[in-house]
Amino acid sequence: MNTVNIRTGIRSAGRGLPVLGLAIAELVLFCLFVTAVALLGVGLGVLLVPALAVAVRAVVNTSRRTAARWSGVALPEPYLPPPAAEPGLKGQWQRTHWVLTDPATWRDLAWMLVNPVAGVVLALLPFALVVGGLGGVLMPAVYQPIADAGENYYLWVEISDMTSAWYAAALGLITLFAGLAVGPAALRAHAALARTLLAPTAAARRVRHLTDTRSDAVNSSAAELRRIERDLHDGAQARLVALGMNLGVAEQLLAKDPEAVRAILADTRKASAAALTELRDLVRGIHPPVLADRGLADAVRALAMDCPLDVTVQADLPGRAEAPVESAMYFAVAEALTNAAKHASADSVSIDLWYEGGALRGQVIDDGEGGADPSRGTGLRGIERRLAAFDGILAVNSKSGTGTTLTMELPCALS
Amino acid sequence: MRVVLAEDLFLLRDGLVRLLESYDFEVVAAVDNGPGLLKALLDHRPDVAVVDVRLPPTFTDEGLQAALEARRQVPGLPVLVLSQYVEQLYARELLADGSGGIGYLLKDRVFDPDGFVDAVRRVAAGGTAMDPDVVAKLFAKGAHRDGPLARLTPREREVLSLMAEGRSNAAIAQSLVITERAVIKHTSNIFTKLDLPVSDADNRRVLAVLAYIG
Repeated sequence: MNTVNIRTGIRSAGRGLPVLGLAIAELVLFCLFVTAVALLGVGLGVLLVPALAVAVRAVVNTSRRTAARWSGVALPEPYLPPPAAEPGLKGQWQRTHWVLTDPATWRDLAWMLVNPVAGVVLALLPFALVVGGLGGVLMPAVYQPIADAGENYYLWVEISDMTSAWYAAALGLITLFAGLAVGPAALRAHAALARTLLAPTAAARRVRHLTDTRSDAVNSSAAELRRIERDLHDGAQARLVALGMNLGVAEQLLAKDPEAVRAILADTRKASAAALTELRDLVRGIHPPVLADRGLADAVRALAMDCPLDVTVQADLPGRAEAPVESAMYFAVAEALTNAAKHASADSVSIDLWYEGGALRGQVIDDGEGGADPSRGTGLRGIERRLAAFDGILAVNSKSGTGTTLTMELPCALS
Repeated sequence: MRVVLAEDLFLLRDGLVRLLESYDFEVVAAVDNGPGLLKALLDHRPDVAVVDVRLPPTFTDEGLQAALEARRQVPGLPVLVLSQYVEQLYARELLADGSGGIGYLLKDRVFDPDGFVDAVRRVAAGGTAMDPDVVAKLFAKGAHRDGPLARLTPREREVLSLMAEGRSNAAIAQSLVITERAVIKHTSNIFTKLDLPVSDADNRRVLAVLAYIG
């Protein structure tokens, strides 16, 4: 055993101690919480359960953090998001309901029972072995008073003279090393136990993911609607008002000044063409007409033709995905093309679209500067959010100087 | 001149019929859906068809498909396609058979009746009428690459755009307010600089130019 191992062994042995305090707190809270649930029948529980849940979660979260520190794997909180509770007793009931219907609450309770037993054994075992071992090692120095007191044992060795004291010291040394050796393993086992009970279940993780992506989708579609409303209000709508006004003036002037009417009518015609252009651009941003007409492959081809770069498109799609999925992929590819032209100073881009393993896949490869960082670019974050709403993912490979490859994946069925 | 018209919105259909009749066209059929269009085209064999891209029953590119199908059965059947938006993809599909008699215009172009009717007549005569928007997008792409387009003078580029729209030399001269002789000089310069085969047939010129830039 080298020095590093001995040091981690000693540290592991010491680390188990706080678990004891935590376990006692958990045991007390367990009793309180169960009592509070029992008091639901007489109504008092409605007041106690939410308050105790806060305490339970705080203590169990401490266990989560400790286990995460030991195992190096973060344990996210698994709780359902709190409801928008009303004030007063009704809100109390809503909160109680929220606490009691969350499976994570019951898993917390199970943990608060298991940890004081199994957890404490696992955490304190190395500590006990090390301390006990030390006692044995020191035996030859202190055996005299112990032997004089009579009938004293170290493990199974009766301490009566120097020989038995050395025998105890040898046993103590083995115990000590055993304690140092099992320390890290015991901690890992404790952390694994914590992970089983305290980590979010697959269902909880799914709920969290859905909650996040849904709120992203709702927010971005609300922002989209606001933009459309503003564009219509300031653009086409305003132009139509001006158009009507001009026509009214023309009607007034018709008899008096036909020449002026001619000029007004020419202006009006121009204004109506401008309104049409604005509407056309707006429609393209909402749902591109080619996408509606022909589907994803041709829409991306049309996009490529309008792009100033050299773009090649390869599409191998045996059918069409649902409209929202197609639209998500289309706008993701459009954003990737814009990035390539705007930020990467690319000359050529190749786009691949295919369907494989139950997912619509797209790959956009440019020969630009590279170095794109999803954590900084709002464009890439936008693509990620767009795809996430359909459980899709984006992979970015963009080393500086080697161009950028974006790979997008949208699970869906084709028809 | 006999026209078949396909447009699903009653107001627009009605307006187009009136517009065409005021310019002495004879509208032999005005239909509002894709299958009806194909039947009318094959039954009437009109001198020219004016077709909206998006038609019932699918409200996708039904009109375009019917027009392409009719041209497969009656090669060179002149078709002018109207749309709320223009796409290079569709322009290429329409021009693909290389037989001329093709138009592809934004609906807004109807606001200028003289220009619109001129385009209809051009298509009926076997020529080409590409929307300036399609041409402009094409040029934007051509200009991005350091191609020979950069070697053209601004005036030559103007002439080239109008050629790509399918205008005749006379029409280009009128539009730019220069003599036809000057236009001929510009075009021959352009063909030399871009190394294109010289051609007087307007739609051949369009194909050459589009193929060159695209």
